[in-house]
Amino acid sequence: MSVPFVLFFVCGALAVAGAILVIVAREPVHSALALVLVMVALAVLYLLLGAPFIAAVQIIVYAGAIMVLFVFVIMLLNAGAEERTDFSRVAKYIGLPLGFILMLWAAHWLWRSPVGGAIGTASATPAASSHDLSVELFRQYLFPFEATSILILIAILGALVLAKREE
Amino acid sequence: MPILDHLWIILALPLAGAAINGLLGKRWPQSRVNAVAVGSVTLSFLAVLELVREFSQLTADQIPFVGTYFTWIIAGPFHVDFALAVDQLTVVMLLTVSFVGMLIHIYSTGYMAHEGGYYRFFSYLNLFMFFMLTLVMATNLIVMFVGWEGVGLCSYLLIGFWFLKQSATDAGKKAFITTRIGDFGFTVGVLLVFATFQSIDFGTIFKSLAANPISEVTLTTISILLFTGAVGKSAQLPLYVWLPDAMEGPTPVSALIHAATMVTAGVYMVARMNPLFSRAPIAMFVVAVVGAVTAFYSATIGLVQTDIKKVLAYSTVSQLGYMFLACGVGSYAAGIFHLMTHAFFKGILFLAAGSVIHAMGGNQDMMKMGGLAKKIPVTYWTMLIATLAIAGIPGFAGFFSKDKILEAAASGPHANLLLWLLGVAGAGLTSFYMFRLVFLTFFGTPRFDEHQVHVHESPKNMTIPLIILAFFSIFGGWLAARHFVGGPDYFERFLSPVFSAYAPQAEQAVGNPAAESAMAESPALALFHALTGWPVIVAVLGLVLAWWFYIKSPDAPKRLAKSAHGLYLLLLNKYYVDEIYAALIVRPLLWISTRVLWHGVDEGLIDGVVNGSAHVARASGGRLRELQSGNTRSYASWVLVGVVGFTVLLLVLFVTGVH
Amino acid sequence: MNVIPISYYLVLSAVLFGLGVIAFVFKRNVITIFMSIELMLNAVNLAFIAFARAHNQLDGLVFVFFVIVVAAAEAAVGLALVIMLAQNRQPLSVERMNHLKL
Repeated sequence: MSVPFVLFFVCGALAVAGAILVIVAREPVHSALALVLVMVALAVLYLLLGAPFIAAVQIIVYAGAIMVLFVFVIMLLNAGAEERTDFSRVAKYIGLPLGFILMLWAAHWLWRSPVGGAIGTASATPAASSHDLSVELFRQYLFPFEATSILILIAILGALVLAKREE
Repeated sequence: MPILDHLWIILALPLAGAAINGLLGKRWPQSRVNAVAVGSVTLSFLAVLELVREFSQLTADQIPFVGTYFTWIIAGPFHVDFALAVDQLTVVMLLTVSFVGMLIHIYSTGYMAHEGGYYRFFSYLNLFMFFMLTLVMATNLIVMFVGWEGVGLCSYLLIGFWFLKQSATDAGKKAFITTRIGDFGFTVGVLLVFATFQSIDFGTIFKSLAANPISEVTLTTISILLFTGAVGKSAQLPLYVWLPDAMEGPTPVSALIHAATMVTAGVYMVARMNPLFSRAPIAMFVVAVVGAVTAFYSATIGLVQTDIKKVLAYSTVSQLGYMFLACGVGSYAAGIFHLMTHAFFKGILFLAAGSVIHAMGGNQDMMKMGGLAKKIPVTYWTMLIATLAIAGIPGFAGFFSKDKILEAAASGPHANLLLWLLGVAGAGLTSFYMFRLVFLTFFGTPRFDEHQVHVHESPKNMTIPLIILAFFSIFGGWLAARHFVGGPDYFERFLSPVFSAYAPQAEQAVGNPAAESAMAESPALALFHALTGWPVIVAVLGLVLAWWFYIKSPDAPKRLAKSAHGLYLLLLNKYYVDEIYAALIVRPLLWISTRVLWHGVDEGLIDGVVNGSAHVARASGGRLRELQSGNTRSYASWVLVGVVGFTVLLLVLFVTGVH
Repeated sequence: MNVIPISYYLVLSAVLFGLGVIAFVFKRNVITIFMSIELMLNAVNLAFIAFARAHNQLDGLVFVFFVIVVAAAEAAVGLALVIMLAQNRQPLSVERMNHLKL
């Protein structure tokens, strides 16, 4: 019962609990906060997997910016509690069972995937440092990197245009 | 040998006349239409006369003279040539058909002069001549069938000539459909002939028949099937019902088609197929029975009818019965002889009736006639001569032919006393109702308003054919004059090669007039026997009774009708046969057509499939449309379905591919 | 750090993804549906990182980087749309947004 195991199960449980909370919560704000919980738990798991940089990015960007944005909008729009209307028949009878099926089945196959088993016990590879990551980014993945910066630019512009009040 | 080498000319002339009049005659003056129609038939008749002359110079082994014109059908072993043949029987038929046809064409120029559709009438009439001549000259069953069907078609067209009249079109349909039933049997018979003999050519069939023994069952079946065609076409029991209704057509049509020629096609067919029939005694018996019963039955109906044409129609059915009776007892020559004399005197009877109707301004009811003898003398005298002939009064043509038939029925090799009895009784009834017709129409005081109806004699183009036919009604009989009146039986001798060439061995001696004259009777004794035979007695009896009923004591018929009211009604309504047929056959057939075939199959099944597939397409389209609900969550769910499906597919492919 | 089998992470990823799908299907509020999308993306990120660790490659991490970036852009634009909807006084319930109906 080593620390990593415990950490994994705890964070895993937290993540799942958070996800279930997202579904179950009636107020959107509660769902948003539950999602933040999920992200934090995942960040810990990233750390466990030896990706500290990504874990930091997750917290800073995802949980810190995106979710904050979500909460801002919810608060701004005063999105109320969800009404209790009936689900569409398709959603009820096809969506839910299928969702479960997808989940379980993916889990099953992934469990049996050939990648399973202990990660190379022999090679105690160190965690990926930000140095290595940035080398990859600026060499092999330069084009997508620049493209995503333009994408962000477009998104900013789009958000500005869309959300402007009609004068 | 110009005509014999070109037999088709005899056919082509009326066909050309029909085509020219039919296509071009609409705006022509009547004189031009006449010229084409009457001219083509007259030329055809002259060609027949020339043919007879050439025929008389042929030697015995050249007969039958066959001219093959083109190969019509080749379907594996089934080979049909369009070929025409001439033998003695053909000559007799050709003469009768073309001569009487020509006279009736001439008569029609007068009768139809005031009718609309003049050109159409003559076109159909010429077309009829073409088909009838084809039938008579055919050398195989299929070409004969072409003629058979063709005359049926022309009969339909001509019965329904006044097609705007509902009863006329109904009668035309009835004729066609009723004969169709017979034709079905005929067709099956032809198929059976082909199956048995691998050929439908008369010569081939008859030679094969003489050479190889064929089972009697087969021959009987074939004969009876072919005879059903004759039952339809020649209006015997039970398919006679169309002939009285066919009187809806113009009177020349009744004369030509339903008295002289088309209805006799059945008799001709039986006579032509005599080798088959002679070897199937059961079939012959059937023919004789049907003929005799029809002769008697139809005569009983004719006793009480009041429409002049209907009386003649039932009389025709009856006389046809006699012809079949003759063939059925083996005396084919007698049957054909009666066919010929019947063409003469029945022709007169119908044409004269037409003359009477013309004189009476369209009235056909005998009860409204009377006292016409002085007013339309030519019509009267010719009709009287014809009546004497049909009644079988000695000296006139009918006597010789009817006497021959009844004698064959009494004492020939297939003789049958019961049939003879029916024949004699029928002869008596014939005499009675025919004289009844004459007395009602021409004698007594007029039973119509003389100021309303202007009675006048018919024009020359109507009376001259009557006179010519009357001549033949008297002297035509002498062709078969028997030895006791001093003449050899020309007719029988002439036709004997046809009827004895392929006859079964046992019967070779029959029909040989030489054998007859070798019989022990002396001419004078035979004459005495003939004149005091039963046929003559009943004929005279009929005349006397008719005179008594309709001249001496005119209310006797009414009293008799009252006292035998049930029987009278039965006869007047023709034994309710039409009503029985309607109930038993027509109505169920219509019911099946309407309920089963129309509602059930057509509307239910076929429309159901077509409409159903459209309905299915529509319904499924409607259902699929509901996918586009506007409900995004529903869309999301469907996306999910797609995703799951796709990943499963990928996984399956991956698993089966890799492992 | 190296003793947890990768398959555990993968299973967790699958579970989270499934839950995200269920949330997507069942929630009515547009914003909540966006959040469920984010949840799914996170689950996929986890899977990427797990595989990256399993193969000792950095590509998975780079991809995660990009996923986060794109998710941010998408969230921004999406929420801008939502704001626009709200400004037009449209109800925020997905069920009421039925103008795509035939």
